Amino acid sequence: MNQFIMPIFSVAIPEMFVLSMACIILLVDVFLKERHRIVTYILVQSTLVIAFLITLTQYREYPSPIVTFSGNYVLDKLAVLTKLFVFTVSFFAFIYARNYIKDRNIASGEYFIMGLFAVLGMQVMASAYSFLTIFLGLELNTLPLYTMIAMWKTSRASTEASMKYFVMGALATGLLLYGISLLYGVTGSIEILGISNLMQQAMNQQQLVMVLALVFILAGIIFKFGAVPFHMWVPDVYQGAPTSVTLFISSAPKIAAFAITMRILVEAMPTLTVSWQQVLIAVSILSMFAGNVMAIAQTNIKRMLAYSSIAHIGYTLLGILAGPHSSQGYSAAMFYIATYVIVAAGAFAIIAILSNKEIELDKLDDYRGLNTRNPWLAFMMLLLMFSMAGVPPTVGFFAKLGLLEALVEAHFVWLAALALLFAIIGAYYYLRVVMYMYFEEPKSSVAGAKISMSPGVLAAISVNGIAALILGLLPSGLIDMCRISVA
Amino acid sequence: MTELHILFYIFSIAAIVAGVMVVVAKNSVHSVLFLVFAFFAMAGVWILLNAEFLALILVLVYVGAVMTLFLFVVMMLNLDLEPRKEGFVRLLPFAALILFIVIGLTVMVVGPERFGLTQVPVPAPHLANYSNTADLGSVIYTNYAYPFEVAGMLLLTAIVAAICLTHRPPKNRKVQDVAKQVAVKRDDYVQLVNIPSEKKTT
Repeated sequence: MNQFIMPIFSVAIPEMFVLSMACIILLVDVFLKERHRIVTYILVQSTLVIAFLITLTQYREYPSPIVTFSGNYVLDKLAVLTKLFVFTVSFFAFIYARNYIKDRNIASGEYFIMGLFAVLGMQVMASAYSFLTIFLGLELNTLPLYTMIAMWKTSRASTEASMKYFVMGALATGLLLYGISLLYGVTGSIEILGISNLMQQAMNQQQLVMVLALVFILAGIIFKFGAVPFHMWVPDVYQGAPTSVTLFISSAPKIAAFAITMRILVEAMPTLTVSWQQVLIAVSILSMFAGNVMAIAQTNIKRMLAYSSIAHIGYTLLGILAGPHSSQGYSAAMFYIATYVIVAAGAFAIIAILSNKEIELDKLDDYRGLNTRNPWLAFMMLLLMFSMAGVPPTVGFFAKLGLLEALVEAHFVWLAALALLFAIIGAYYYLRVVMYMYFEEPKSSVAGAKISMSPGVLAAISVNGIAALILGLLPSGLIDMCRISVA
Repeated sequence: MTELHILFYIFSIAAIVAGVMVVVAKNSVHSVLFLVFAFFAMAGVWILLNAEFLALILVLVYVGAVMTLFLFVVMMLNLDLEPRKEGFVRLLPFAALILFIVIGLTVMVVGPERFGLTQVPVPAPHLANYSNTADLGSVIYTNYAYPFEVAGMLLLTAIVAAICLTHRPPKNRKVQDVAKQVAVKRDDYVQLVNIPSEKKTT
C-alpha cells in the first residue's frame, strides 16, 4: 500500500466552494416561497462568478502543475482554463434559461441546482488525473443533464429525448468502464501518470490488450463528444430537449470532454499515438462528412445545429490528431472547441428567445424575415452563423485557420484539403439561415408575434454575438492562453 | 485443478448463464430474478478473490435492497410484453455481428498468454489475521478520499434528480382536487335559461 500523503486541500477550493454552495442553495430553495424563487437563481449565478474569480487567482498562483489527493487530482493550466470556460459558458446558459423555463412551468429552483451539480461534475472532469475521477466526473456531469431534459414534463419529446440520452449514455459508460478495466488489468494502475509510465515499459504482447482497451475507451469518449459512429443520439436529444438545456448540453460539457480526452490520449497513452491517430482520422472524416451533409436536409433549426455540432466535433478531433506532429495542434483544437461552444450557445439562445409560451420557433421557416422583426437579433444570428461557417472576420475563421495550419504542419495535407471541402459544404446551410433572415419576408403566422426579452438576456446575447466578432478581430489573447494551457 | 478452480467455474458459468437469461427471458419478473442470481454468482467469485466485504455488500445492498425495490417496480408497472419481441428478427443480424466482434476481440486478447503468471506475479499470501474490510477502510478515507467524496455527491445528485422528477407534478395533470370538488356551487355548472314555450302548430 502506498504511503499516505496529506493532500493539498487549497488547490481544490473551487470544487469545495461549488459543492458547499450547491448544498446550501438546495436547502435555501426548500424554504423559499414560489415568488421569491429568483433568490435561487441569483445565488447560483453568484456562485459561478465567485468560483470563476477563485479559479482565476489559481491561474497565477500555481504556475507549475500540482498532482495531489494521492494522484487523483491535478491542477495545471489545462484544468484551470477549462474550468474558467465552463463557468463562463454555464453563466450565460443560465441567463438564457431563466425566462424560457418560466414560460414552460419547469421547476426553476431544481433546474439551476441541477445545473450547478453538472458544473461541479465538469470541474471534476477538468481536474481528473485518474480514471476513477474521470469516470465519476463524467457521471456527475451527465446525470443532472438527463434530469434537466426530463424536467419539462408536459412535453413528450423531451421525456423521450431524456430516456434516449440516458439509455445510450449508460451503454457508453459501460464501454468506457470495460476499457478502463482492461487497462487496469494490464498495467495494474488507474492513475494517468502511473499508466503512462507502465505503458512505456510494457512488454510487446501486452500492447494488443492496450489497443483493445483504447478502442473501448475511445468509444466512450466519442459518444460523450457526439461524433460518428456514436452520434445517433445527438439530433434526437438536441431537438427534443428544452432549448435552454440543448444550449447547455451543446456548450460547457464539450469543453470538459475535451479536457479528459487530452488527459487520456495525450498524457496517459503517448505510446499508442499511432493507434489513436488512425481511429481519430476515421472518426473526424466521418463526422465532418455526416454532420455537414445531413445538416443540409434538415428543416428544424435545432436539428440542423445538432448535425453541425457533430461536424464541429470532427474538426476539433482533427486538431488533437495533428497534435503529436505539430507544435500548435492541441492549442488549435482547444481554441476551436472553446470558440465553438460560445457560438453554439449563442445560436441556441436565439432560438430560446424567439420561442414563447405557446410555440417553439424551431423551424427553419420561422427565421424568414427575422431582420424586419428584430434587426439586432438578426444581426447577432448573422455573426454567429458566419462564425460557424468560418467567414472572416469572425472567430470561426481563425479557429479553422489554426486547425488547417496545424494539419499542414503535421503533414496531413490531404486531411486539411478534406476539412476545407467539408467546410465549404457546411457554409451552405449556415448562409441559408442568413439568407432567410435578410432576403425573405416573414411567414404570416409569425410576422406579428412580438419578440420580448428582458434587458439581462438582451445584454447576454449581445455580448455573446459581439464576442464572436471581437475574438475574431483580436484572437491572439485567447490563442496564447490555449497554447500555454496545453504546452 | 483444485476445489477453488471448480468453485470458480461453477460461479462464473452461473453468472454468464444468468446474464444471458436476463436479456432472453420473456417475463420481466423472471429477468429481475435472473439478475439477482447473477449478483449472487458474482458475489461468489468475489469471495474467491478475497474481497469478502465487497461480496457481502453486493448481496446485502444490491440483492437485499436495490433488486427488491426493482422487483416491486417491475411488478407494479405490469409491463406489456408484446412490444419487446417486436423487431427481434430484424435486429438480430446487427446484434449478432456486434456480439461476434466484441466477444471475438475479447477472446483474442484476454487469455493466459497475456494475463498469465509470467505477466502478472502471484499475489503474496495473506496472513491469518488479514482483514479485507480494514484494508478497504484504511484507503477509502485516505488515498481515495477525493473519489469517495465525488461518489457521495453523485448519489446526492441522483436523489435530488429522482425527487424533482417525481415529486413536482406537471401543472396539467388530470387529478381530482377534493377541495375544489367540495366547494362546487350549482351556479358553476347549471345555467337556467328561460325559453318561451311555443304553441302547438298542428
